Amino acid sequence: MTLDLIPFLILSLIAIASALGMLLSRNAVYSALFLVLNFVTVAVFYLLLGAPFIAMAQVTVYAGAIMVLFLFVIMLLGAESLAGISDWRKILFPGTLALILFIEAAYLLIVKARPVGDVLQPDVSVNTMDNLRQLSTSLFRDYLLPFEVVSILLLVAMVGAIILTKKEKEAR
Amino acid sequence: MISDWTLWLEWLIKSLILIFALLGGFAYLTWYERRALARIQTRVGPNRAGPFGLLQPIADAVKLIFKEELTPAKAYKAVFFLAPILTVVPSIIIAAVIPWGRTINLFGREITLYLADINVGVLYFMAIASISVYGIVLAGWSSNSKYAMLGGLRSTAQMISYELSLGISLVPVILLANSMSMIEIVEAQNPIWYILIQPVGALIFWIATLAEVNRAPFDMPEAEQELTAGYHSEYSGMKFALFFMAEYQKMIIVSAILAVFFFGGYLGPGVDQFPLLGPVYMFIKIVLLLFGMIWVRATWPRIRYDRLMSFGWKVLVPLSLAVVFITATGILLVDEFNNPMLIWTIPVASVIIGLIPVVTIYRALRRLSYGRA
Repeated sequence: MTLDLIPFLILSLIAIASALGMLLSRNAVYSALFLVLNFVTVAVFYLLLGAPFIAMAQVTVYAGAIMVLFLFVIMLLGAESLAGISDWRKILFPGTLALILFIEAAYLLIVKARPVGDVLQPDVSVNTMDNLRQLSTSLFRDYLLPFEVVSILLLVAMVGAIILTKKEKEAR
Repeated sequence: MISDWTLWLEWLIKSLILIFALLGGFAYLTWYERRALARIQTRVGPNRAGPFGLLQPIADAVKLIFKEELTPAKAYKAVFFLAPILTVVPSIIIAAVIPWGRTINLFGREITLYLADINVGVLYFMAIASISVYGIVLAGWSSNSKYAMLGGLRSTAQMISYELSLGISLVPVILLANSMSMIEIVEAQNPIWYILIQPVGALIFWIATLAEVNRAPFDMPEAEQELTAGYHSEYSGMKFALFFMAEYQKMIIVSAILAVFFFGGYLGPGVDQFPLLGPVYMFIKIVLLLFGMIWVRATWPRIRYDRLMSFGWKVLVPLSLAVVFITATGILLVDEFNNPMLIWTIPVASVIIGLIPVVTIYRALRRLSYGRA
C-alpha cells in the first residue's frame, strides 16, 4: 500500500506544481508549457489506474493537438508576456467565489468521497490493462446512439468554425 | 510492484541496447544517405576517412562536439536549451513498442525480443508523434528570430496536418489485425503482408511519415533558400547535432513502424525455427525502406508550401477516409459471405479510389505546363 502511494504522491506534487506554475507564470508560452506538463501528468495518473486508452487519448488530443494550437495562437498574436501589473482589487470578487468553490470541493472530497487508498484499487471488471475491447464494445454497441450524436455535434461545430472564418474573408 | 530484480536488469539492458543501436543507426544512416545520394548523382561521396569512408560519422561527431555553441542574446534561454531535448526524447522512446522478434532462450531464461507489448501500441505511437511537435515549435519561438520563428510555425502546421492522415491510414491495419498491439499486428500478417491487402493505405502512411519527419519533398522547415534552415537557424554545435540526430532517428523509427504495419515486421522464411532471424529481417526491411526515403530525396523537388498543405488536407485526408471505409466494407463482406477470397476486394477498390487523385493531379499539372508554354 505505502509502496503504491509513492508514485501517486510524486505525481500529484508535479500536477499541483505545474498547475500553479501555469497560473502564476508571467509569460503565456510558459503557462501553456506548464499546462502541457499537467496534461501529461494526468495521463500518467490514468496509466496508474489501469486505463491506457484514456491515457494515450489524453496525450494525443490534449497535450498534442489542442495545446499546440494554443501555442500557435499565442505566438502568432505575439501575446507572450502580460502588459503591466495586474490590479488585485479587480480579482477580489471572482477570487472570493473561487475560494468558496474550493472550500466546498475540499469539504466534499474529504468528508463524502472515498479515502485516497481506494482510488488505487479500481473496479477490475472494467479497468484492466485489456480494457480496449470492453471500451469499444460499450461505445459502439451499448451507447451507439449517443456516440453518433456527439460525433454529429462535433462535425457541426467544425463546419460552423470554417464558415465563420470564411465570412470574415469575404467582408474584406 | 515488481520485485524481480532480474526483470529490471533485463529491461535496463534491452533499453540500453535499443538506445545505442539507434545512436549507431543515426551515425551510419548519415553515411548511408550521403553515399547513396552520391551514387545517384554520379559522385563519389565521403570516402576519405577509413575504408569506404566508414569513419566519416565519427569525424563529423568529433567536429560537432568541438564547435563553439552560440546562444542568441535575446533568446529565451531555458526553452532554447529545452527544445533540442524535447525533440530527441520522443524520437527515442517511440522505439520502446517496436517488436524485433519473438522469444529466445538465453542463459536459461525466456527473453522477448521487444521492450514492451502494450495493448495500445498504435495509440502510443500516435501520442508520442503528436508530442514531438513541441521541440520544433519551441526551438523556433525561443530563438527570437524571424527566420527560426517562421520555420518553426511552418513545420508545425505541416506536421499537424499530416498527422491526421497518418493516424487515419493506420485504422485499416487495426481493423485487419483486430488489435492495437504491435506484436499481434505482426502475427496477423503471417501468410499475407498488409501491403498486399491495403497498398493505398501503406502509400498514404509513407507519404505522411515523410512529412512528419520533415524529409524531402516535404522538407519545408529546412528550406535553406527561403528560411536559412528554418527552426534551427540559431542552433550550433551539439544542440544542432541533437536536431539532426532526432531527424535521422525518426527516419529509422518510422521505417521500422512501416515495416511492422505493412511489411510483416520480423516475419520471414525460417523465423519459426530460428527466432534470432527476426531482428535480421527487421534490419533488412528497415534498410530497404530507408533507401526509399533517400531515393525520393534524390529525385523529387521540394513542393511549394500552399500545395503541400492542400495536398495534405484535400487529397490525403479524404483518400485515407475512403480507404478506411473500403477496408471495413471488405472485412464485413468476408464475414457476411464466409468467403476469405472476398478480402481481395479491398486492394482492388482501394487502388481504383487511389487512382482518382493521381489522374486528377496529373491532368491538372499537364494543363499548367501547357498553359505556361
